[in-house]
Amino acid sequence: MTVEQRKPPRNLNLRLRRALGGRAGWGGFVAQLAFVAFLAWLGYEIYSNAQANLQSQRIATGFGFMQNTAGFAVSQALIPYQESDSYTRVFVVGLLNTLLVSVIGIIFATVLGFIVGLGRLSPNWLMSRLAGGYVELIRNLPLLFQILFWYLAVLATLPAPRQSVSLFGMFFLNNRGVIVPKPIGEAGFEPFLFALLTAILGSIALGVVARRRLFATGQRLKVWPFVLGMLFGLPLVSVLIFGKPVSFEMPVLRGFNFASGSRLIPEFVALLIALSTYTAAFIAEIVRAGVLSVHKGQMEAGASLGLSRGAALRLIVVPQALRVILPPLTNQYLNLTKNSSLAVAIGYPDLVSVFAGTTLSQTGQAIEIIAITMGVYLLISLVTSAIMNFYNWRISRSLAR
Amino acid sequence: MKRASLVLTLAVAATLPAGTVFAQTLKTVKDRGTLSCGVTHGLPGFSAPDDKGNWTGLDVDLCRAIAAVVLNDPTKIKFVPLSAKDRFTALQSGEIDVLSRNTTWTLSRDTQLGLNFGAVNYYDGQGFMVRKSLNIDSALKLDSASACVQTGTTNEQNLADYFKANKMKYEVIAFATADETLKAYEAGRCDTFTSDVSQVYAERLKLAKPEDHIVLPEVISKEPLATVVRHGDDQWLDIIKWTHYAMVNAEELGVTQKNVDEMMKSDKPEVKRLLGTDGNLGEQLGLTKDWAVRIVKTVGNYGESFDRNVGAGSKLNIARGLNRLWNQGGIQYAPPIR
Repeated sequence: MTVEQRKPPRNLNLRLRRALGGRAGWGGFVAQLAFVAFLAWLGYEIYSNAQANLQSQRIATGFGFMQNTAGFAVSQALIPYQESDSYTRVFVVGLLNTLLVSVIGIIFATVLGFIVGLGRLSPNWLMSRLAGGYVELIRNLPLLFQILFWYLAVLATLPAPRQSVSLFGMFFLNNRGVIVPKPIGEAGFEPFLFALLTAILGSIALGVVARRRLFATGQRLKVWPFVLGMLFGLPLVSVLIFGKPVSFEMPVLRGFNFASGSRLIPEFVALLIALSTYTAAFIAEIVRAGVLSVHKGQMEAGASLGLSRGAALRLIVVPQALRVILPPLTNQYLNLTKNSSLAVAIGYPDLVSVFAGTTLSQTGQAIEIIAITMGVYLLISLVTSAIMNFYNWRISRSLAR
Repeated sequence: MKRASLVLTLAVAATLPAGTVFAQTLKTVKDRGTLSCGVTHGLPGFSAPDDKGNWTGLDVDLCRAIAAVVLNDPTKIKFVPLSAKDRFTALQSGEIDVLSRNTTWTLSRDTQLGLNFGAVNYYDGQGFMVRKSLNIDSALKLDSASACVQTGTTNEQNLADYFKANKMKYEVIAFATADETLKAYEAGRCDTFTSDVSQVYAERLKLAKPEDHIVLPEVISKEPLATVVRHGDDQWLDIIKWTHYAMVNAEELGVTQKNVDEMMKSDKPEVKRLLGTDGNLGEQLGLTKDWAVRIVKTVGNYGESFDRNVGAGSKLNIARGLNRLWNQGGIQYAPPIR
């Protein structure tokens, strides 16, 4: 019995009509065109109105202000910055601070979220209740209060600089942050870095070879002595030949604060803790849902193969759960990045604080600055989504094979 | 919240019919029947709600005086609390009619924002508060200090200028609101809290133990605090300016809240012109003849308002200093009413 396949008509005109107008045909196409034209007109009208209103109110417009001198200081800058730099530089400094707290926050939140999410599924009564309690407590409190809590609570318990908690006279903890010795690159720095990099790449290559051998022949190669040897041996050889890679500048108390050394400011730490613990609570639920979506027979099959619970989770369940986990996980990453704009409440110099805050109030060019800031957040979010979608695509593909 | 309102105002600004100019503020206010006045979230002495929810302060008095001359009722005011960052946008978009919120008059604000500054109702300067336990008596000893400051003010730049000029290192932490700035200072994050001196005194009273903190003698900047209106409405600007000048002239002429009825019978030409018993100067402003009488009956003269809100008669107890009348050693000087 053969069923004749229904083939779409070959008529190009008809196909084009279907594609553009859907079922409604050419009429639908015209309606869509009119709608797009209406949107374009609306956009143009808003733009030209704003332009005309600003002009009639004599409010300055344009992006020329970006070259002007900023004239204010910023408490944390990843690139060299001083008061005489331009607003463009302020923008970059703020953007980097936002990215820094977002990226580290995403890493912490993911690790913590997976631990809590898997912990909640644990057969251990205490562990699952603890994880459950954490999720319910953290995700039900407003984030802004958590940020303020971490900031003010932590600040209140820390001592003033002169009464710093000190570790070996090298690490200091006080209400100005954590101060550590500052590494300064020496002559041997580049060879050292090169040696370390070679060792890491070599170890990875060795791992891949061992894995291939395992899959092909079932033989397990003993690689760890070689890996250890490379990771320690190569850098050591580099130090012996080229001299020490770094020297450390010790923190010294001068005046009110520590003058030298590197410092982690409390605003950063508070924001990082608040963002990662808050987002971790949501990620934990996503992970739990993802794991539960995998049929329990998979876990039992793992157990019957003699795998431990951890190994069965890691090797069988989580890879399948990832497909369900990734899309909502992307949402959480985007949320964390956008939530980092609450930093302004505790004075962390992120993009919103230094650019959409201080720069805006000094120049008064609200429309331009808000537009740039919104554009940047949009861009960060789209890039994050693209990366996650790519990862998701790869995982789905490998599972489908 | 705050950001949402800012974006909203921007959206409103972008979608208003082209060519809308806020020309006739006087007419708008009269038609609406209330004056919309931009103030702080609560700065004792300048604009703060008291325990019964009534707004009081030097800046609030000016709003009440304007409402008294325009609407003949000092209670018909809608006070709109604004952060330092959002204040200009609120005025530009027409959300408020006048900004009376300890705002420093600077060239760029006057030219770039589409705004005009009225009269200076308080001459201020930036100062520093520190803990007594630090044992310092001068801002020049603040080298390497951390400073807490409110963002959206002129204070951030002043701070940078001052430390640079004196070759001192510092760290600045900028917060969105005055309350958060003060909390961080109190928690020990900063060695010094810096703002306009009047504000430093006012915020100091909010600390758990105000007596543990001192205000350093240095004043590092000029901060003429003035009312602000939109550019392009000259009549409204005149009314705002002359409301303050009437208060200053009243003090100069010895007209007070108590004796104003008596003064109406005075035969001194200057007093007669001020109180409208002679001539029609008030009408020239677009107001009534008795405009100045209404002002003085509502809030008193400038000296009375100063004493009641920030001076000797208040908790702040700030010396008049620069804000004394010009003939008493200060620089409060009002053009003559004639």
